[in-house]
Amino acid sequence: MKITDITKFAFRAATGYPTRTLLMLLAMAIGVGSVVLLSTLGDGARRYVIGQFSSLGTNLLIVLPGRSETVGGPPPLLGITPRDLTIADAMALHRSSAIRYVAPIAVGAAPVSRGGRTREVTILGSTPQLYQVRQLTMDKGRFLPEIDPSRGAPVCVLGHETKRELFGNDQAVGELIRIGDWRFRVIGVLSAKGESIGLDIADIVIVPVASAQSIFNTTSLFRIMVEAVNRDAIPRAKKHIARIIRERHDGDDDITIISQDAVLATFDKIFTALTLTVASIASISLAVAGILIMNVMLIAVSQRRSEVGLLKAVGAPAGQILLLFLAESAVLSAIGAVFGLILAAIATFILSRVFPDFPLATPLWSLWAGVGVAVVTGVLFGVMPARRAARLDPVQSLSRR
Amino acid sequence: MISLSKIRREFQVGDEQVLALRDVDLTIKTGEYVSIMGPSGSGKSTLLNIIGLLDRPDKGSYLLEEEDMTDLDDRQQAELRRHKIGFVFQFFHLVPRMTAADNIELPMMLSGLEPKERKDRVHAALASFGLSNRANHRPDQLSGGQRQRVAIARATIMEPHILLADEPTGNLDRVSGQEVIDIIEALNQKNITLIMVTHDPELGRRAGRRINMLDGRIDSDG
Ligand SMILES: Nc1ncnc2c1ncn2[C@@H]1O[C@H](COP(=O)(O)OP(=O)(O)O)[C@@H](O)[C@H]1O
Ligand SMILES: [Mg+2]
Repeated sequence: MKITDITKFAFRAATGYPTRTLLMLLAMAIGVGSVVLLSTLGDGARRYVIGQFSSLGTNLLIVLPGRSETVGGPPPLLGITPRDLTIADAMALHRSSAIRYVAPIAVGAAPVSRGGRTREVTILGSTPQLYQVRQLTMDKGRFLPEIDPSRGAPVCVLGHETKRELFGNDQAVGELIRIGDWRFRVIGVLSAKGESIGLDIADIVIVPVASAQSIFNTTSLFRIMVEAVNRDAIPRAKKHIARIIRERHDGDDDITIISQDAVLATFDKIFTALTLTVASIASISLAVAGILIMNVMLIAVSQRRSEVGLLKAVGAPAGQILLLFLAESAVLSAIGAVFGLILAAIATFILSRVFPDFPLATPLWSLWAGVGVAVVTGVLFGVMPARRAARLDPVQSLSRR
Repeated sequence: MISLSKIRREFQVGDEQVLALRDVDLTIKTGEYVSIMGPSGSGKSTLLNIIGLLDRPDKGSYLLEEEDMTDLDDRQQAELRRHKIGFVFQFFHLVPRMTAADNIELPMMLSGLEPKERKDRVHAALASFGLSNRANHRPDQLSGGQRQRVAIARATIMEPHILLADEPTGNLDRVSGQEVIDIIEALNQKNITLIMVTHDPELGRRAGRRINMLDGRIDSDG
């Protein structure tokens, strides 16, 4: 028997009794639809988080003082207190060919005032390259000037929110503000974008790194942000950073280097696992649909006993009858799966209208998985009814009308 | 040639053993026209089903064209049913969701014939049974006589050597019954072996050989 004939026969048999079949199709459609929709949502969540992290900047490495145990390697020797990172440490990193930008970071909070208004604001000290590293954009004026990083300068750049709080709708660039006991001239205002994870770029004042250290009366850095020349250079950049700092710290490995890659990979894994879990839970509904298929097929077999008897009389062996009924339940579940995909597409469309910011895209694998699992379920649960049909005694099946 | 010897068939009904066939001996030559008559429950259908390989005897031997049928497996028997035997039933047994043409095509589809050849043969069969304008009608849109003609077309589309008819006119009025008999007898004229179970003595008398059954035995033969 030809495969096209098997499919055609199964399709006609499956669709030949529409009322009975409809309920089952609905169950299968809901099962497949929920698998696809939930994996779409899970994948959307993954994209959302990855997207948030990516806005930190690409090919980013973060250098922290002190050795983190979670990174591995030998535990720190007793008695060694990690050395602080300094501006000179940061500038030394420029020696590496794998590194494009270096931004030393000093952070603290200080009262900022202008006219009568005073606010407690995060003060971030850095160098002009922070602009590239954090992918900042200017609304007005310019970013920090190219000066010797070890020297301060009385200039500052305001975050969008800080500017609004201090100046309202007034012009800010060129005006003076007071940070702690120091006076700074505003040379630029950041645009409204900034919502990168870890730091609110909107409510901030950025000053030259040495000036920030003066304000907080310290010589150390909070961290150093480094951008590798490209993705492939990240491992090399890591090695170079470790070597350069070790040389400068008398041979001690007393820093931790975090690559954004590693953080992203972890989140990627977590969310992929989450998506798969949710999709598997949804596929329980497919099992329910499978049981329904079994019922529908059992009814079909008992209603079509004389058809089975007739098929045997005109020369169909038991194996062929098994095949025909299996094909029928496979076709039934495939049709159900297609309805499920349509259902999921409609739901995704509606969700994307309600939450336009959420990145919704159905992962391709979920389509295959949904349809595949549906058909496999259909065949598995179709085995029992099909065997029953194949075993029917032709004489008895034909003796009743 | 059909050759049965000492064919026994018993059924278990509750606690009771019912002997449907009691050691039946029967030989039918190729091209014969045999009618089987007898009271209800005398074993006529059982005999026909065993000849047609739909049922197996509990004892005895059955040779079909010199080949022993009793120890063939399901697949081999199905193969023989497909190519050598045609069945016609009292209740037609057409597949209700299929058109007349599709019902006739069914055995050829099961045996994997090329669609082109199938179409040609269905076309010819429809024409020769006077069903050309009913090709796309479903069984519920056909009269009893037309249904039985579709069933005969289906039974003979694989060009079997033997046609087994179990009360083919039992569900038809006189006129359409006569039409069906004419068709079946015409097939017998072309050397198909025809074995027909009937309740109608007038019909039974038309056969060249008349077998009368009684209580699982052949009562008279000739
Ligand atoms: N599947 C079956 N189970 C039990 N008894 C059966 C079965 N088929 C036939 N019989 C019995 O065998 C006997 C012969 O039946 P059958 O060949 O159908 O008779 P006929 O066709 O002459 O009316 C009857 O007594 C019938 O009740
Ligand atoms: Mg009978």
